[in-house]
Amino acid sequence: MNWNGIRAIYRFEMARFFRSIIQSIVSPVLSTSLYFVVFGAAIGSRIDSVEGVSYGAFIVPGLIMLSVLTQSLQNASFGIYFPKFIGTIYEILSAPISSLEIVIGYVGAAASKAMIIGSIILTTSFFFVDISIQHPFWMLAFLSLTCVSFSLLGFIIGIWARSFEQLNLVPLLVVTPLVFLGGSFYSITMLPPIWQSISLFNPVLYLVSGFRWSFFGTSDVPVVASLIAITGFTTLCLFIVWWIFRTGYRLKA
Amino acid sequence: MPAIVQVENVTKTYDGGFEALRNTNLEIEQGEILALLGPNGAGKTTLISTICGLSAPTSGHIRVGGHDVVSDFREARKLVGLVPQEINLEPFEFVMNTVRFSRGLFGKSRNDALLESVLRDLSLWDKRNARIAELSGGMKRRVLIAKALSHEPRVLFLDEPTAGVDVELRKDMWALVDRLRQDGVTIILTTHYIEEAEAIADRVGVINKGEILLVEDKADLLARMGRKEMRIELTETVSAVPLSLKKYDLARVDDGAALVYSYDTRGERTGITSLLTDLQGAGLGLKDVQTRQSSLEDIFVTLVQEASA
Repeated sequence: MNWNGIRAIYRFEMARFFRSIIQSIVSPVLSTSLYFVVFGAAIGSRIDSVEGVSYGAFIVPGLIMLSVLTQSLQNASFGIYFPKFIGTIYEILSAPISSLEIVIGYVGAAASKAMIIGSIILTTSFFFVDISIQHPFWMLAFLSLTCVSFSLLGFIIGIWARSFEQLNLVPLLVVTPLVFLGGSFYSITMLPPIWQSISLFNPVLYLVSGFRWSFFGTSDVPVVASLIAITGFTTLCLFIVWWIFRTGYRLKA
Repeated sequence: MPAIVQVENVTKTYDGGFEALRNTNLEIEQGEILALLGPNGAGKTTLISTICGLSAPTSGHIRVGGHDVVSDFREARKLVGLVPQEINLEPFEFVMNTVRFSRGLFGKSRNDALLESVLRDLSLWDKRNARIAELSGGMKRRVLIAKALSHEPRVLFLDEPTAGVDVELRKDMWALVDRLRQDGVTIILTTHYIEEAEAIADRVGVINKGEILLVEDKADLLARMGRKEMRIELTETVSAVPLSLKKYDLARVDDGAALVYSYDTRGERTGITSLLTDLQGAGLGLKDVQTRQSSLEDIFVTLVQEASA
């Protein structure tokens, strides 16, 4: 294994994150605070509680998931698209580093950034609502698996994209609707039966549900289903990444 | 000792069907400087990209230091440094960070003392904490070279290293190449500038339309294909070359104001002495005499024209 190579990519990517530290931290804190004010305080005051949890606390796991998904996708897709765009990818392709090591470096860095942001949002939420975490181990497990799998997806998008427009297309048109319709801000039991059934096809529902279970012990779908969904999704992404490097898809002439 | 770079029957066909390399064979000896000459689109960059792993050969094998560049890419690529033709650098990155990144990427542990000497050699040490975007074009090119040298390669590829750089930087670059050669680094450079190949290369390869036309020792090539010309300016113009001088095959130029004699530098007798005597015998007065050695440029043009014909 080329550990120095992995470390070089990881450090380089993290340095980019810390260079824009204000933007990296202030923006998630600000948007989370706004969500708490609007959904928690204003609208939430009209909603008693959802499944025995105050509405303000109920949306915390969904809020974290929303940011973590978006950040993983953005960081990972930008991280690999940018070298392609400005041409520095030549160096990575000519280096004695395997595709697995490249993925560990880029996806590891993107997932780390998302983890940091997720933790910041969780910390911020303590200032607004009372929450306790019933299953801390599973909370971390769901969080890190989500960071890794969506960073992998971001990596795939970054390699696929031929323009900045395409780079933003998938997060905007696919992921944001899935997150909002995945029960981030409500329990699907609040939906009419037909929409409940449709929601079951939304992969993000399983993530949010499992993650919320680790906080409050209640879930929309069985926890095992959530675990299977996230593991399956990670495996699928890994397979696609493996295929990309095997064929050189959009990487090599 | 086997050649450090071995290219065997390599063909590269792009998706559109364009054949960028045709059955290419090339052996590069350790420690030599090889200049690859060729017009735009000849396949110089494709050849380098294929050796360095940026594109895979359609068929054939390439070995660096005895390691296959596909099946044993780790060992092969450790030995290779690449300075690309385009200035591919992250504008917001700092010089030192980007050089350190390159070293790590090639699997080497951190060694700031070595990087300092590389940056000093390239007159970049003062700029180590500058952003790439703040540097001039010439400085950026030096950063690319520093990145390639940061992991101590044994073989260095310079793709058009002096395209668009000023005279001073070009001379600096040549001096650097000379220092690297003294350290035993093998250097392959592509260039349009024949002058450059003439100045620094040991061997010259000429490539056109995906085929290597020849690879030869520079001095041998110049001697074999090089001709010398003597231009004789006359005090009075002549309307025709006098019959007594027919055997010299002189060319009448500038409306008879001068005569040009071509001769082979390797010939035992150049025929100059007898020509001068015969000129006097024919009653021609000499104003001036100049000799000129044909350059690599003339040879190159001849070769490419012959290949296209």
